[in-house]
This record gives sequence, C-alpha cells and structure tokens, in this order.
Amino acid sequence: MNSGSNGKQPFLHIKREADLDKEFSKRIAKLAHGEKLYGCIQCGNCSATCPLSPYMDYTPRKVIAMVRAGFRDEVLSNSTVWLCASCYSCTVECPKGIKITDIMYALKREAIIKKVYPRNFAIPALSRTFYDEVRAGGRINETWLLTRFYMRTNIFKAIGFIGLALKLFGTGRLKLAEKKLKDRQQFRRMVESTSN
Amino acid sequence: MSHHKEEIRIGVYICHCGHNIAGTVDVTGIAEYASRLPNVVISKDYKYMCSDPGQVLIGQDIAEHKLNRIVVSSCSPLLHEKTFRDALVKGGLNPFFLQMVNIRENVSWVHTDTDDANLKARDLVRAAVHRVAYQKELTKKKVPVNPDVLIVGGGIAGISAALTMADAGKKVFLVEKEPTIGGHMALFDKTFPTLDCAACILTPKMSSVKKHPNITLWSYSEVSEVSGFVGNYKVKVTRKPRYVIEELCVGCYACVDECIFKEGKFPDEFNLGMSKRKPVYLPFPQATPLVAVIDDKTCIHFKTGKCQQSCAKACDRNAIDFNQQPEVKEIEVGTVILTTGFKAFDARRLPYYGYGKFPNVFTSLEVERMVNASGPTEGHVVLKDGSKPKSVGIVHCVGSRDEKTNKWCSRVCCMYSLKLAHLIKEHTGAEVYNFYIDMRTPGKGYEEFYDKLLREDVHFIRGRVAEVSDWATTSDEEGKLIMRVEDTMVGMVRRIPVDMVVLSVGLEPRDDAQDIRKLFNISCSTEGFFLEKHPKLAPVDTFTDGVFIAGAAQGPRDIPDSVAQAGAAAAQALALIDSGHVELEPNTAYITDTLCSGCKSCLNICPYKAIAFDDEKRKSVINEALCKGCGTCVASCPSGAIRQNLFEDEEIFSEIRGLFVESI
Amino acid sequence: MKYLYYPGCSLRSTGRAYEESLLAVFRVLGIDLAEIDDWNCCGATNYMSINEHRAIAITTRNLALAEQQGGSGEVHIIAPCNACYMGLQKTKIYLDTEQGLREKILKTMEGAGLRYEGRVVIRHPLDVLINDFGLDKLKMAVKKPLHDLRVISYYGCQMVRPIATFDHEADPVSMDQVAMTLGATAVDWGMKLRCCGGSMTSTVPDVGQRLNYLLLKEAKAKKGDIMITACPLCQFNLECFQGKISKKFRDDISIPVMFFTQLMGMALGIPEKELGIHRLFVKPRPVTV
Repeated sequence: MNSGSNGKQPFLHIKREADLDKEFSKRIAKLAHGEKLYGCIQCGNCSATCPLSPYMDYTPRKVIAMVRAGFRDEVLSNSTVWLCASCYSCTVECPKGIKITDIMYALKREAIIKKVYPRNFAIPALSRTFYDEVRAGGRINETWLLTRFYMRTNIFKAIGFIGLALKLFGTGRLKLAEKKLKDRQQFRRMVESTSN
Repeated sequence: MSHHKEEIRIGVYICHCGHNIAGTVDVTGIAEYASRLPNVVISKDYKYMCSDPGQVLIGQDIAEHKLNRIVVSSCSPLLHEKTFRDALVKGGLNPFFLQMVNIRENVSWVHTDTDDANLKARDLVRAAVHRVAYQKELTKKKVPVNPDVLIVGGGIAGISAALTMADAGKKVFLVEKEPTIGGHMALFDKTFPTLDCAACILTPKMSSVKKHPNITLWSYSEVSEVSGFVGNYKVKVTRKPRYVIEELCVGCYACVDECIFKEGKFPDEFNLGMSKRKPVYLPFPQATPLVAVIDDKTCIHFKTGKCQQSCAKACDRNAIDFNQQPEVKEIEVGTVILTTGFKAFDARRLPYYGYGKFPNVFTSLEVERMVNASGPTEGHVVLKDGSKPKSVGIVHCVGSRDEKTNKWCSRVCCMYSLKLAHLIKEHTGAEVYNFYIDMRTPGKGYEEFYDKLLREDVHFIRGRVAEVSDWATTSDEEGKLIMRVEDTMVGMVRRIPVDMVVLSVGLEPRDDAQDIRKLFNISCSTEGFFLEKHPKLAPVDTFTDGVFIAGAAQGPRDIPDSVAQAGAAAAQALALIDSGHVELEPNTAYITDTLCSGCKSCLNICPYKAIAFDDEKRKSVINEALCKGCGTCVASCPSGAIRQNLFEDEEIFSEIRGLFVESI
Repeated sequence: MKYLYYPGCSLRSTGRAYEESLLAVFRVLGIDLAEIDDWNCCGATNYMSINEHRAIAITTRNLALAEQQGGSGEVHIIAPCNACYMGLQKTKIYLDTEQGLREKILKTMEGAGLRYEGRVVIRHPLDVLINDFGLDKLKMAVKKPLHDLRVISYYGCQMVRPIATFDHEADPVSMDQVAMTLGATAVDWGMKLRCCGGSMTSTVPDVGQRLNYLLLKEAKAKKGDIMITACPLCQFNLECFQGKISKKFRDDISIPVMFFTQLMGMALGIPEKELGIHRLFVKPRPVTV
C-alpha cells in the first residue's frame, strides 16, 4: 500500500519528513480522550486480539505508529479504521491503557470532516445513514435504515437480502412504521445545538 | 530583634546548581534581595555551593564577617545538609546554626513560570532568615553500636550477607520464614547465562551457613517485634513449632517413611503443588537445616487426636515433640539487613492466558521445577498426560510492563525465558517459540547467551500474546493450545498451535512486604518494593539508620546482582559496626518538668515508645536515644510542656512570620 | 425496587423477542419495570463514528428523561441491549470524569428544557437478576429445569467491555450462572467475548459472515445444544445468516440462538408465545421438546 502524497511516483517506498503531518497525533490524542497514545510500546496486543485485523491493510498497532509519526493521509483514506467494530478488546487488553477504540472513532470522525474516507466502502455509508436517521426521527427503524443504506451504496446488493427481509417481516421482526418521538423538531434542534 | 543577647550576623548563600536552579530562578536577584533582609551581613550566589570552593567560601565569610548564622538556599537537605553543617564546623560554628532552603526540588524543578518561581524563592529565603536567628547551639550524643547483626530472609541475598558478616567475625542471626533456607534459587535447575547447576553453587553456601560458628540460623521463624534505634535494636523472633526438636533430628526420613499416610497427599509447596507430600516432610534433600517439619494443618494427630503416631515411634532419637509451642527469642543487634525477596506474579490474574483452565499452561517456575532432576517429573519436561511436548510457546512479560497488573519490567524474565527455551529444546527437541515485546539482555555474557539461542533454531516472535485458546480454525489446530499474536516485525497476526505454554511471570513485592516495612519503620516505593535511601548513591541504605536492604526485596533483580547487593549491604553494616559508635541527631523532644501535669497523654501517642512515666515525680520522661524527633508529643501536650530541639516554638513562629510579613 | 426500562430501537424490531421475553420473565419474577417515556436512540457505534459530542448529547437526553421520571435519589435504568447498555454507561462515565464535556452537554440539555444531575445507575438485566433478585430465588421459581441441555453463553463485546461493572472483563460468568441455575450445563468455551462482527455482517458480508461462522463452528465443536445471548445484533447475526453461512463455508453450523431471557422463560414455564419463540428462524428443539 503506497497511497502517500507522493502519488506521482507509485513505486517509491519512502516517506519524507515534509510529507508528514506533525500535528496529527496531537489532534487525534485530544479527540480520543487522553495522551496515553504516546505510551505505545508497539507490542501488537491490539492487533492480535482484534478479530478484524486479518482483514485490515494496516494492523491496529501499525495505525497507532502511523498516527504518532504523522502518516495522516495513509491512515485516513484507508478502509482499516472503518473495519473496527468497536468490540473494545484492544482497549481492555492494552498493557499501556491506550483507548484504541476511541482512537479509531476519532480517526473515523477526522476522515469524515476531511472528506477523505473511502467513498466506495459500505461502512461509512451505513454510519452516515444511521446518523441521518436518528437526527431526523430520534429512533432507528431498521427497515428504513437498511433500505436507505442500500440505496446509498449498491441497490443490487439489496436483492440478496430480499429473502431475509421477507422472513423478518413474516416473523414480525421488521415493521414499516415505528413509534416516533413526541417532538421531533425539538430533538433535531437539540442535536444541532451541539457542536463538536 | 533586639531581645537577642548576641548580635545576629547572618550569611545567605544562593546556589545555582548549574542550570538546575539558575535556569528558572534569578539567583543574583534573590541574593541581592536577601542582602536587604534583617540581620543579613552578607549574601552571595555561587555556581555550586556543595563544591569544595563553595564550602570554603562559607568558612572564609564566617571568619571575615563574624557570621554566626548561615542560610544555604540550594537543594533538598536530604542531600547536602550534612555537607553544609560540616562546612559550619570547619568555619568554627556550631553546625545547628544552619538553615537550608530547598529552591531546587521545591521551586525550580516544579515551576515553569519564572515570576512565580522567583516570588516563591524569595518568600522561602526570607522565612529561613527569620528562622535561623532563633536557632540554638546543639550537640550530638554518641552511643555505642552493638556488633551483632540480624538478617531477615534466607535466600541467596541473605545467605551471602550472612556469610560475609560472619567471616568478618560478627555474630549473625539469620531468620527465615520457611522451614529451609535457599529461597527461590533453590527451585532452579540451571542459572543463566553460564548454565551452571543452581544446586551445585547454592547448597555449599547453605551448609556453610549451617556450620558457621558465628551464625545462628532460625528457620521457620518470623520477626514479631522491633524496638530501639541504630546500633541498639531489640528484636523479638517467633519460632513456629515444627514439632521436631531441631537439635535431635538428623534428617534420616524415618518419620516420613513411617507416617500413616503411605503416599503424599497434600500439595508440596516446594514443587509449587505439582507433587504431593505427607504431613511430616522435608522440603527437599538438601534442605538446611535438614530437619523434618510436621504441618499441623494436615497431620491427623492435630486434626483428630487419634493417630497412632507412627512417626514418633519410628524416630530412634525421640526428636518428635507434639507439644512444641511457639517460642519467642529476644535478641539485641546493632544493625539489620532485610533480604526478604519477591513473590512471583499470579498468572490467574490474566485470564486470557488460560492458566488454571488449560492443564498444559504452566508458569516459568513450574517449568523450572520440571527441568530439575529432583523435581516432580524427575527432570522431564512433560505435558499433564505424561507425553513430551512437540511444540512449546514461552510468553514473556506476564505480569510485567502492563498497567493492569505491574507496570515495571521484571528484569530477569527475558534471560530466564531464554534459559528455559534452551533447556526445553535440550530436554524435548520441541519447536520452541519465544514471544517477547523487547528483548532485554544487559549483563555480562547475557547478549552472548541470546546470540547462542538465536542460532539454536529457537523461534523469536516480537509481539505480546493476546490470547491462549482452544478454538481451532483448521485441522492442525485441533487439540492444541492456539497462541494468537501479532508478529510485529512482519506486521501480520499469527496463530501458532502448541502443546505447551510457559508463562514467564514477573516479580512482585511479597504480600508481607508492608508488614515488614512497618516492623522496621522503613519505606516502600509506590509499587511496594523496599525503598532505598538514594537510587544511585545509597542503594542498600534505608531512611532508617542501621537498617539495610538487598536482593529482590528492593526491586526485581537476578542472582549476580542480589549477591553483589548483599555484599554492599554487609559492607555498610560492617562500616557502621566498626566505627564503634553512632551520633544521634539532637532534634529530640524534651519536657519542662515544671509545666508537665502528669496527664500521660503523650505516653501512648509516641510511635517509638520513647516516653516513660516517672511514678515518683508524676511526670513524663523522654528517652533521648529512642526519640526520633517526629514532634507528635510536642503537638499533643495539653500544657505545652514538651518542646523540641531545632523545632522550638519561636523558631517555627518566626519562620511563619517571615513567610507572610514582607518586611522590605 | 423499581427500575426504569430503556428498550432501545432493536428491541422494537429485529430483537422484539428479547423485549417480549424479558418483560414476561420479569413479570413472573415480580421485578417492576417502567419504560422511560419518549426515549430516543442511544447512538450505538455508528453515531460515535460521525460526531462524538452529538452522540453523547442524545444519550444524555435519555438519562435526563429517566431522572425526571424516576424522582429523587438514585435512578436505576435497565438497558437489555448490550450496545445501549455500554452507550449509556460510557456516556455517564465520560460526563462524570470530563469537566469540559459535561459543561457543554449540560448546556445543550438546558436548551432542550432538560436537566441531568448524574443520579442514574445503568444496569444490565443479568446484573439485576444476580445481584438484586438473587439466583437462589430464581432457582426456586424454576418450573421446568433444563437438565441435559448444553448451553453456550455468548456474551458479545459490550456487556463487559470497555467498562466491566458486574462481571469480569476477560472472563465473564453471569450468563453461565443463570443457565446453571435453570438446571442446564454451562459449556466453557473460549469465544464468549469474541466479536460477531456487528453491523459488518450486512455491510461487508464476506468479513462479517466469516466471524459469525467461526463462532457457530466452535459452538458446534463444543457440542452445544443451544446458544444464548444478551445482544439483539449478535442474535440477529448468529441466527439469521445460518443458511447463507452453511452454504458458503460448506459446513453445517445450524444451532438455535436465542436470548437468555427466552431460555429463562421456558424454564419458568411461561408459554412460548409470550416469549417470542415463534420469531426465531432456528427453532430451539432441544428446549421445546
């Protein structure tokens, strides 16, 4: 994987100091509840306990090292952080007490703010859909959440799930209408009055 | 301050301590400021006050300016109070006319704001100038040092210290909690990096202890009470009943052989519970003293009273005595060396390694016993079913470098893991994997040993093992213990199936470390190991004079370092003994008889039992030799009859006044 | 003791059976629940990925509503869904410990006419069953003991991670204890805390379904008759994709996966209909026969 800023030279595996974002780690540490990130001893326990690490381009340990060193573009534009399922096993087992899951959240948010998250990847799309649903209605209706998610990503993929959806409707586990909040306008105002 | 009889002439010295103080504090400004304070005759700043020229400067000024009070504003008095008191003496002044101000630890090292730092330094110097004017002439008392020494803990450190002291002609009392001396070293088979047999080098030392005319060995015994002070400690040692008369027993095993339990039934402590022993037992064949013990918690006689006592009948020397009671020995010693050792980390505290759940997950100490010919498997490294492992994974840093358990590096685990890797490979021919975070092999011949292992076809994987599990994803993992780790050098997660897992457990303070700390009135560092007086320059001293520490009780350390430290502690104790006497600090409390109402409230409050009551005069009396100058009685006396040298009311009030009254 | 009840969105749809069985079981045991009026979504993992402070704000709204409804003193909220439980718990702890964040969120609450004072205690139904109600009493209430049933307890991630309050973070036992109290055999296995993949089963099926498969495969290997869980998403992932997974990995991994409250209900003699058993895709034969 060599998606650095020196993209003109695709075979050049080298990182120059000028291409690093030296403030990146400070920003992430601030967003992710603490400075403990700097105590990382690169033991790899996070990667080893992570059930998703086999599917990631960079292991979580490597992500921490890249954040520390300022490899901003590589980390943010990669799908790795979006594969974090928030199972928190890394956070619980980290011998240095680093809140790795919170760091992954911070990286996801940073990627969204910087608009560099992987566009064709389904997970950020689901997060966005979920976020919009809650902001609008206060509660999640899983029927509409999935419908809108598939519309956002790949409508054809949804076909594979039609059989499952019918079964869920049949057992009463999906419904078209859900009870809504009493004052959705007020809820929305509350959400929007909170800046990050 | 016209009420003083003599004219007060103060010299103030502000130390730069290189950039340590001068980097933050305006030393020249402070010196100039101090020169304008009352009674200050001269005020100077100097690069290093503790240097020879710095000390000479004080002496010259005393003579030239007829100074009679000195304020040195530098580092902590813990470091240099003695230096400057000596400088006063050289200059012809009483050493207690000195007051130190700590503008390094208390000011420059803890403040970044220069203005605040300067303000604080000025305040503190002003307070000291006000205080020192009231300080009085004091003299130190000399008391003789008892040449006998108490050593607590009979591991390799205690044994070494005892032999050194005894060879120097001092009488040594060696107290060991277990039935035998030898400590953890007695459990090992080989020692790194030379791979020499632990027993071969340890047991001769153990028998030397037993044979030495200057050593009194009390095993199965604990210190129960300590009083007194440097050079003159009074100690009570409780000898637990072993129900075998030590002087009569020759360790012939007849009692063990004839015990009504035909086979061992209770977990054998020496083999970490991997084998069974009888209620009457000897820990191991070279136990010292070689005397049997009866465990009253498992012996039928003590449990039911209905045993035929076949052990007693078997003993032709009539050494068994079921009526033995705890015996308290009272001794007097001048010095104490604490060598109480460490505790191995309990691997159950990390459930993801499966210790206690998977039978073939062992601790490193258990494997040490296994490779030992006198151990539970007679030197064979085997799985619980008796078969040889084909693959073994050794996990470093279990209970070390981990915020959830112990933050520190246990220092010995890398080396002993390499040793075990070598021994396991040698004994079984198995594939051996070492999982390490960082390989730490500083020591003579240690890196060479690592290099040897690297060439021995042992696998090294840099990564902390996250989990030992039994869930298989492929057929070759079925029935194995699967270790999941990131090979951080490759950057990929690996699943490694093995037959046996060895957890290299770290070193912790002992559970009773706090009790011992209180008994001997010393300190522990935050993690619970005994605290040395100075980490570099007084590594075996404690803050209690005459009490020294050595070995892993002070922090994780290996055999060579423990032995070296034991030698250092013995040398310190010998220096104290051979100086013949100690000088007592004069900052003791004293009672003004005419004010004492005889209410006795000070008696129980004194932590050092230094206060007695004179029934005839109906007044309290302080034993100066026992008083440590803590001031508790001074503060508690309702009639204000108790005062304290160097902490007189007028000295303290004047210091406080000086702090708050900006007099210029 | 009266508890407030926070159902969360999933318990109103894919996890309906969890709510039905929980309410039925608690009714039979005499544990009072009152639903928090006008509650909103907890935000789950997705919301946190977009905007942390807004995620905390919407969760705080629920806590504030609970305090309003629960009167003075401590207010105990039962959150049965693991994700909701953790979301509420984490919000409370961050508000307790991070001054700046707390001030900001309280201001938002004020703007919405709400007050949050920090009087809430977030409880998991397992916590309440074991520590408030008591397993001895539960044992006495069992009408049909589940003898000879090998139960695999699957805790999922967020019940004890990252905040363990009533059970061990690396080796939880509460669900096993409940199963044993019902007369069943609790099977010890090494994957009780391993993530099922969460929403990935839908978003990145290749990855998510492999994680589901590993869990189901091991449950079968350990000869489990049934799996129980306390998370609607885990239950959904592990149950509803079994057909697809069996086909994909050419391995029969079918095993009933139900909510622990459904299993309790059956042992307590509650009719199946009230426990939502009919909503399960894989019928729990070993229990119902």
